[in-house]
Amino acid sequence: MVVEMPNSRESAPERSYDFAVLGAGPGGLAAVTAARRMGLRVALIERNKLGGNSFNAGTIPSKTLIRTARVYETMHEAEEFGVVHPVSPVVSFRAVMGRMRRIRARIAAYHSADRLQALGVDLIYGAARFVGRNVLAVGDERLLFRKALVATGARARRSNIPGLEAIGYQTSESVFEMTALPRRLAVVGGGPVGCELAQAFCRLGAHVTIIQDEPKFLPLEERDAAELLSRSMARDGVEIRLNTSVVGARMQGGAKILDATSDAVKSTVTADEIILSIGRVPNVEGIGLDRASIAFAPDIGITVDDYLCTTNEDVYAAGDVSAAHKFANVAEAAACLAVENALTGAMKRQSELTVPWCTYCDPEIAHIGMQVWDARERSIPIKTYTVMMQDVDRAITDGQDEGFVKLHVREGTDRILGGTIVASRASEMINEVSVAMSAGIGLRDLARVLHTYPAQSEAIRMAAAAYVEGLPAA
Amino acid sequence: MVAPLVDTMRVLPALSDDALLDRLQRGAFSYFSDYGNAENGLVADTSRAASPCSIAVVGFALSCYPIGVERGWMSRRDAAALTLRTLQFFWNGKQGDQAGSTGYKGFFYHFLDMRTGSRVWQCELSLIDSTLLLAGMLTAAGYFDGSGDEGEIRDLSDAIYRRVDWRWAQNGGETVTQGWKPECGFLHYGWEGYNEAVILSVLGLGSPTHALEPATYRSWGLTYQWENLLGQDVLYSGPLFTHLFSHAWIDFRGVRDEFMREKHSDYFENSRRSIAVHREYAGRNPGGYAGYSRDFWGVTAGDGPAREGLRANGRDRRFFGYMSRGVPYGPDDGTIAPWGMLASLPFDSAAALEGTRHLLRHYPQVCTQDRFASGFNPTIPCAGGWLSEGWYGLDQGLLVMMIENYRSGLIWNITRGCPHVRSGLRHAGFEGGWL
Repeated sequence: MVVEMPNSRESAPERSYDFAVLGAGPGGLAAVTAARRMGLRVALIERNKLGGNSFNAGTIPSKTLIRTARVYETMHEAEEFGVVHPVSPVVSFRAVMGRMRRIRARIAAYHSADRLQALGVDLIYGAARFVGRNVLAVGDERLLFRKALVATGARARRSNIPGLEAIGYQTSESVFEMTALPRRLAVVGGGPVGCELAQAFCRLGAHVTIIQDEPKFLPLEERDAAELLSRSMARDGVEIRLNTSVVGARMQGGAKILDATSDAVKSTVTADEIILSIGRVPNVEGIGLDRASIAFAPDIGITVDDYLCTTNEDVYAAGDVSAAHKFANVAEAAACLAVENALTGAMKRQSELTVPWCTYCDPEIAHIGMQVWDARERSIPIKTYTVMMQDVDRAITDGQDEGFVKLHVREGTDRILGGTIVASRASEMINEVSVAMSAGIGLRDLARVLHTYPAQSEAIRMAAAAYVEGLPAA
Repeated sequence: MVAPLVDTMRVLPALSDDALLDRLQRGAFSYFSDYGNAENGLVADTSRAASPCSIAVVGFALSCYPIGVERGWMSRRDAAALTLRTLQFFWNGKQGDQAGSTGYKGFFYHFLDMRTGSRVWQCELSLIDSTLLLAGMLTAAGYFDGSGDEGEIRDLSDAIYRRVDWRWAQNGGETVTQGWKPECGFLHYGWEGYNEAVILSVLGLGSPTHALEPATYRSWGLTYQWENLLGQDVLYSGPLFTHLFSHAWIDFRGVRDEFMREKHSDYFENSRRSIAVHREYAGRNPGGYAGYSRDFWGVTAGDGPAREGLRANGRDRRFFGYMSRGVPYGPDDGTIAPWGMLASLPFDSAAALEGTRHLLRHYPQVCTQDRFASGFNPTIPCAGGWLSEGWYGLDQGLLVMMIENYRSGLIWNITRGCPHVRSGLRHAGFEGGWL
């Protein structure tokens, strides 16, 4: 197994692989690991860094920043817990970013070239492109493959706001390279990443304005969750502009000015820095998809069927390059399905994946499975069991009683169809629901599962208990 | 006549239930004469100086005049004449997108100049507020069954209703929009989750001329959440008023749409259970707000204190001003609508009366001139708590109607006979009961 740059070769012999993977993000790394376990000859081609955006410029960096912001926020609230500190805490942005880089490096080390080499993966750095239905080229080298997986991920969507490119801005990826905390920060976009960054930077001391062109944040989440987040951010001091579109950008007096409009009411936002977080676009350009008869749309990504197969039956796609839900866990799970389907002839459907996700604001907002409207669109009778965190003892003792647990069941049964959790650690709590759904555990059994007391996850048992209490007496 | 505070403290709680209801209903009713323009029928949004007209308040007023007649508070002739002047104003008002207009596409702008009837504040062409106005017109048409002015009331009411282009308000979509402005077109907001807009769908679907597409009602219903919440199985909506407004006109007892048939319930029962949720929430009082108890509830949309937030005893104390508050997800800042409990009378009379009496005994300042203030917050650290200034017309109109529906069912009986209401209910899939 040789780790090498293709241009370093003096001659470029054609090589054959059982399985070639484009992109070493979460999906690609999971795929090559699974394929090597089958004893196959595997190539992994990456044009940039191992780990993809998730590890380098997305999930991991943002969570380190959010953690610091939480610590700082907790220090501000310390007196309410009876802790009086003699001086006010101060944020060193340089130290914050230094910690982020250390953690990023530590996690990246796990996904190292050495590890891949030990696995027996041929790791090739370079820009791969299809040159035939079963042929890739990396530089001058040709790689023949029996099956391939495209996992090239996605990147932050650039601006179409007039004037914004000229005055400069950060994206949800470049923001982690900032060296100073802006005094005034404008965040354009109220999806998960925009909300996370807005709240974190606000807590770190920036005056943050978030602008969202929809009437609510987090369009994929239910209204109660989105509104709770909105109030939480407002309480932190984030200036919220919902239902507001940015129509222009300009410099004035050394400041960046965003011109906005909301139902014909014009306004401006003045900032020292702007973060644009308006979604992600799939990386489909420059990889020769058309040469391999792989259908794609620039804004949506590669077309795949429920088995993750592209329009080229020997090529599969997984992760952000083809998925509607652009999450690292989805990319990993889908990539493993694709490997099974491609290399063993299995017929596993991506639609059968039960996907939990989370927005890491405070409180966190996590969801799994169906939303109520999904069920109702499919004429599935659905009922929701709700427990407010303000009724959960541990949430009260922790001073974290904002939020709720909602478990959706098929009415008349205890089968869990989905759930939403808004809580301080919703990202952890949702996994109990994920286990229950994956294992087919219904509310009746879940109500009997002993939980530690007190624990915030008791809210899940309480919701299950409400189901049992509503059953007719035996 | 000004009832002093001591009167509220001593006299009102001592009255029998009937006498108390009569007095409070009449006090609320008198808002329309005190703050209405008798020349054109417009009624002020609030009692505050320079308040414009709210078309929704006019809708409530038109529905309350028959009650005034039946209760002997105004003559039938005067009521008919005032109603006719109101209808004539809205029929003749300029429809368009230019300055000085009263409405567009048959709908009306939310706020109008009390004298000229022109749009003010660059406000929106409001679908829900137009609906409440139209509901008042149809109620008047159902009540005034005589000749002369009364015949003209029926003709104009029907003409104004038929003129409304509900289909246009879909903006080509699957659901109805919330409104429109000349400056920017349709508003971005949609209707998500159950709320006060059932009556909007009913009137929109019942139109013989430009009806909503029947699929709009189903599309809206896709966002409904049937929840087990604080011990109740309810179709959730947070603010109390959302469980009251449509019910001021329509008797939902026993009539069910597809959703309620599936849940073996109806919207009347749903309001009753939602009131139980509000009481349970107030009893638990997770926010630790002053006053909250099972006899002090009514978190809803309306006026509230707008002050700098503070933290006290480890709790957030933020105040939202005029806001749609809700239970149990919030927002909640300790503000209740003092009229809310009494307006819940048809659904749980015991809870409504016990709560109202509790309020009058302990917080008499919420009721002056026999009218309840829009909002009250005893958590605010000032003498007597924070109290909304003056009165809001919506609150007064809703109270008059809900007390009457409890006492005689007058409004419900009128709208049961309205062919447009019946048609709209059927198109929305309602069946059973009186339908």
